Amino acid sequence: MSGKPKLTYPNGRGRMESIRWLLAAAGVEFEEEFLETREQYQKLIKDGALLFDQVPLVEIDGMKMVQTRAILSYIAAKYNLYGKDLKERAFIDMYVEGTADLMGMIITFVFTPPQERNLALIIERATTRYFPVYEKVLKQHGQEFLVGNRFSWADVQLLEAILMVEEKEPTVLSKFPVLQAFKARISNIPTIKKFLQPGSQRKPPPDDQYVATVMAIFKKD
Amino acid sequence: MAGKPKLHYTKGRGKMESIRWLLAAAGVEFEEEYVETKEDLEKLRNDGALLFQQVPMVEIDGMKMVQTRAILSYIAGKHNLYGKDLRERALIDMYVEGTTDLMGMIMFLPFQPPEAKEKNFALIIERATTRYFPVYEKVLKEHSQQFLVGNQFSWADVHLLEAILMAEECKPDILSPFPQLQAFKGRISNIPTIKKFLQPGSQRKSPADDKHVAQVKKIFNI
Repeated sequence: MSGKPKLTYPNGRGRMESIRWLLAAAGVEFEEEFLETREQYQKLIKDGALLFDQVPLVEIDGMKMVQTRAILSYIAAKYNLYGKDLKERAFIDMYVEGTADLMGMIITFVFTPPQERNLALIIERATTRYFPVYEKVLKQHGQEFLVGNRFSWADVQLLEAILMVEEKEPTVLSKFPVLQAFKARISNIPTIKKFLQPGSQRKPPPDDQYVATVMAIFKKD
Repeated sequence: MAGKPKLHYTKGRGKMESIRWLLAAAGVEFEEEYVETKEDLEKLRNDGALLFQQVPMVEIDGMKMVQTRAILSYIAGKHNLYGKDLRERALIDMYVEGTTDLMGMIMFLPFQPPEAKEKNFALIIERATTRYFPVYEKVLKEHSQQFLVGNQFSWADVHLLEAILMAEECKPDILSPFPQLQAFKGRISNIPTIKKFLQPGSQRKSPADDKHVAQVKKIFNI
């Protein structure tokens, strides 16, 4: 019987965090099964639960969905966070791909050998490639939300990206007044506000223990 | 005025190739403007034509679209290659993400340092034959329809054929354990728009040779 969506992933952000954000923004309650050992992961593979032997896995509406973008697109469309037509969807897709690229740099940061990590590049990309784009979009149309004057997946993911970069560099928004206002506005949406409070299913930034767990589960070398 | 879509990229496959495939499969004529030097890229950037300073960029329906997946999703949606409902779209999305991951590995191979190439090549073959192809083989076998999703030609079929041909360029007999995929390959290759795209003289690009790799490295400062 299809009840709440069920998320399977290690107990940390990684690629699942954007999915947690989007479900939370849509006001959808979800369950989580945390991967803690390699044996659990291998059992999932053996049971045929993972289409490409990978997580994230989200069981939703009778489907075992994999591939982060496929899952996010499905949730966005199902909960009316994907614009009203093909063109609005095109803009949302472009914007979320940008924020996904930026967040991807941060996700892989902790798994990069220390001598190869480049925090300066992340901040440079954030402040010269990505944030100026969203600052300009919001400034030009003067609306509350990125696309179509309506709350969408693009807004959720941009807030997630802003907060993630701020964790690395708290002053990163100093040159972006419109994004500062956006951040405050979106953070105050009731479902988002709830997700930002302690005790929600939002996960903390990765620590050494999380990295060690992930390496052990997936034997990353 | 909406004319033909116009593609901005280097004169090689890279991330634009899947877009060329999909437009061709949909029977859509398109123009191409090639980025051949660093200056070409800088000009696009300075003109404000690239949302995130990156190519691919496709001018289509009055938009300057960037981000490969966004462009592909738009084309698929516009030309009825995205299934009939949300669930079919979910399956198509999952399948194309898989073939994207596989083709991404192959695409990056020429840009790997020489000492990593052999290892990565072996990994590509392993992933193709144990992670990806078995999935599509099983999907086709289980529903025994002509196409991957919803008994209708879709983006997923185009992308899988592209991935198969790319993998075969790596290892010509790679499909030997996969009879369903062999039949699929034969079938999809014979779709008139696809057949045309597979003929010499089409806008399909060749695999990257050393000269092209050198040019790309120079343009993008890799």
